[in-house]
Amino acid sequence: MSGFMIRRLIQALLVLLTMSALVFVAVFAIGDPLALLVDPQADRHDIARVRAGLGLDQPWWVQYARFVGAMAHGDLGRSFVHGEPAIRLVLERMPATLELAVAALLIALLVGVPLGLWVGLQPRSWSARLIDALSLLGFSLPTFWVGMMFIMLFGVWLGWLPTGGRGETTLWLGIPLSIGSLDGWRHLLLPALTLALFKCSLLLRLTASATREALRQDYVRFARARGLHPARIVFVHVFKNILIPIVTVSGLEFGSLIAFAVVTETVFAWPGMGKLLIEAIGQLDRPVVVAYLLVTVTLFVTINLVVDLLYALLDPRVRLRSRP
Amino acid sequence: MPRFRHALSALTLAFAATLPAHAADLRIGLAADVSSLDPHFVNIAPNIALSSHLFESLTSVDANGKLQPGLATSWKAVDPTTWEFKLRRGVKFHDGSELTADDVVFSLDRPATLTNSPGPFTSYTKPIVAKQVVDRYTVRLKTATPYGPLPLDVNSIFIVSKKAAQNATPEDFNSGKALIGTGPFKFASFKRGEAIELVRNPQYWGEKPAWDKVTFRILTSDAPRLAALLAGDVDAIENVPTADIARLKANPKFVLAQRASWRTLFWQLDQWRDNSPYVTDKAGKPLAKNPLKDVRVRQAISKAINRDALVERTLEGLAIPAGNIVSPGILGNAKALKPEAYDPEGAKKLLAAAGYPDGFALTLHGPNNRYINDEQVVQTVAQLLTRVGIQAKVETLPLSAYFGKARAGDYSVALLGWGSLAGDFALRSLVGTPNPDTGWGSWNWGRYSNPKVDQLVAASLASVEPQEREKLAEQAATQALKDYAVIPLYHQYASWGLKKGIKFTPRVDEFSFAWQFKPE
Repeated sequence: MSGFMIRRLIQALLVLLTMSALVFVAVFAIGDPLALLVDPQADRHDIARVRAGLGLDQPWWVQYARFVGAMAHGDLGRSFVHGEPAIRLVLERMPATLELAVAALLIALLVGVPLGLWVGLQPRSWSARLIDALSLLGFSLPTFWVGMMFIMLFGVWLGWLPTGGRGETTLWLGIPLSIGSLDGWRHLLLPALTLALFKCSLLLRLTASATREALRQDYVRFARARGLHPARIVFVHVFKNILIPIVTVSGLEFGSLIAFAVVTETVFAWPGMGKLLIEAIGQLDRPVVVAYLLVTVTLFVTINLVVDLLYALLDPRVRLRSRP
Repeated sequence: MPRFRHALSALTLAFAATLPAHAADLRIGLAADVSSLDPHFVNIAPNIALSSHLFESLTSVDANGKLQPGLATSWKAVDPTTWEFKLRRGVKFHDGSELTADDVVFSLDRPATLTNSPGPFTSYTKPIVAKQVVDRYTVRLKTATPYGPLPLDVNSIFIVSKKAAQNATPEDFNSGKALIGTGPFKFASFKRGEAIELVRNPQYWGEKPAWDKVTFRILTSDAPRLAALLAGDVDAIENVPTADIARLKANPKFVLAQRASWRTLFWQLDQWRDNSPYVTDKAGKPLAKNPLKDVRVRQAISKAINRDALVERTLEGLAIPAGNIVSPGILGNAKALKPEAYDPEGAKKLLAAAGYPDGFALTLHGPNNRYINDEQVVQTVAQLLTRVGIQAKVETLPLSAYFGKARAGDYSVALLGWGSLAGDFALRSLVGTPNPDTGWGSWNWGRYSNPKVDQLVAASLASVEPQEREKLAEQAATQALKDYAVIPLYHQYASWGLKKGIKFTPRVDEFSFAWQFKPE
């Protein structure tokens, strides 16, 4: 187990280093942030002073080496545009994104899994066919379009829900969250639904096919033969077995929820990390872009680790020990 | 039931009393994020717009771009290199302390001390070589050489309270601790990337704002910003998405406010290389020389562009054709310079006379997320050029990549938009002979160079007499445009969307200040 963890940590560090180098070079290649920020009348001395002040007067590998050195001390640099530590800007926005992603995942699970079970158990019923068809829609509609339609329908025409923003937040253990107030929920609902739609369809279809598959297995037939109650067969035996793919996919998809949140956050003016990233790219604010990616990669790695640990818990056949 | 009626009328009264208080809140949807609340940290429009509510400068600029008294009631050049500013008496900072000459000197010194500012305000403070406190309400600013635009330059430097800002960090400004100004609004809250709240400053010396509380919502994407207005989540938005302007106009619940802004769009043409990277013959082979260096070719390009059609169709009427570099009404706009008439035959003749009877090929470069319909504008111009025999290709990029490459001189013909409150300033950056030491020609991508223009611009900047300055600035513009240093296209419109019941005076500099909005 500990060998497994150590290997994972080393892998994670390598991924972080590679990512940061790639992003560093990529943002460097896009353009010069000073061309966007320095005012038009600045002379050479002004520009040189600004360039040196931001450390941009060095070649990129020197800048990168400096960055890695500072990173070892937990310093990811200051945002060019905001003048505050980049990591603080990202962490400040993280609760909003995580809250959105968790809400979306919960919606996807609470709606997708039961419906998927139903479709898997009664594939020929008209309701299952309808649900199946709707899930195809959920798959194929682009997120930003769905978001805009939600805004037009619920925000503009019906006027039931706000069109964007995060609304009122309350502090929970020092973290600002929307779920503590009605106003917060009203703001959270549409973006969470938008973000959940694709994942919901995905989980639905996954659950349905896993259920169909499980129903054909011997243990189900034997359980039936033994005369077990159908409910017990479905909720104890079948459900336990289909849980493994569901947990895997939910875990992996949670990461992509955070990544996809970029689009949803932009459409709903949701002040999360994704919106910060989009704006930072637009302004070539490299410290923020790098900090965002490092934080996201760390999140991904953690989530994958948790999924692997959950596996072992759910499926006794999985061993985390390295093979001899 | 007299008692009941009494209670009822009391209730109505109570309602009537609460209504105005509620009506005096204003919510504005902004199109760009405010990156820092420190008014000297970075010189970008969204930050300046917000700081203008909390802070003021020695001079102010009215809706038409004309200089007006601000914290200084008057100013004059006591000798050619000394400007004297008389401060307004009895102006109080938000913390109750009085504004004095010390605060002014401190504020003018501060931009140069911020070493990690990515876009410092030092271009405006640099001409000042000495600052002298004559008395509590009089400041003298000395320049090395005579310098006319100083009163406009100091408009860009917000006056902060020395006491509050002396040892403040950017974090102190963003938390509101150091945000002590003299402006009509006081700081209430800042949720980065989301919203900023301000409240009325009851001690304000000037016209009191009509609103008790103003909330700025950061809505950088077009569709959500418009949706917020349509749904009533905000009362007004700036930068109405072009595609939705017609729809908003037709909706009786909203009002559209527009005016031609200071932003002028024009082409910069490579006039320095003998082999321009994106100019070839029609087969794609390099030409013997760079045709853009020939004034007849530049004139032909200008004549080939149908500005009326461009403005009417491509820009959906959201611009006026331009014959100048600065917008009408702004110092240095020469009325005699008219937009070039569309003349494709004349263009062909000029090309033939210049030795290109069959034309040549080039690539037009432009941004695709900066100006109104910018990508389509580049495409339209490419088609117009192709009609007179110049085979034009189109390449557009996002702004973040475009400006850097354009400033590095990567392009042959490139689109640029420029907003300025003084023609000599604009000419200095756009057509002045590039000189990195002085900052001249820093946006002169085509590297046009004419000593006569340089002289006129320098003379204009050096004249402390406003009328003389205006005359010189107009002469400089006329000379540069006679050479087709750049090819002006149009002055762009700025658009705001408002809930019905709010009056609004649009500004030429595109800013959205809360006091421009008034309840009807």
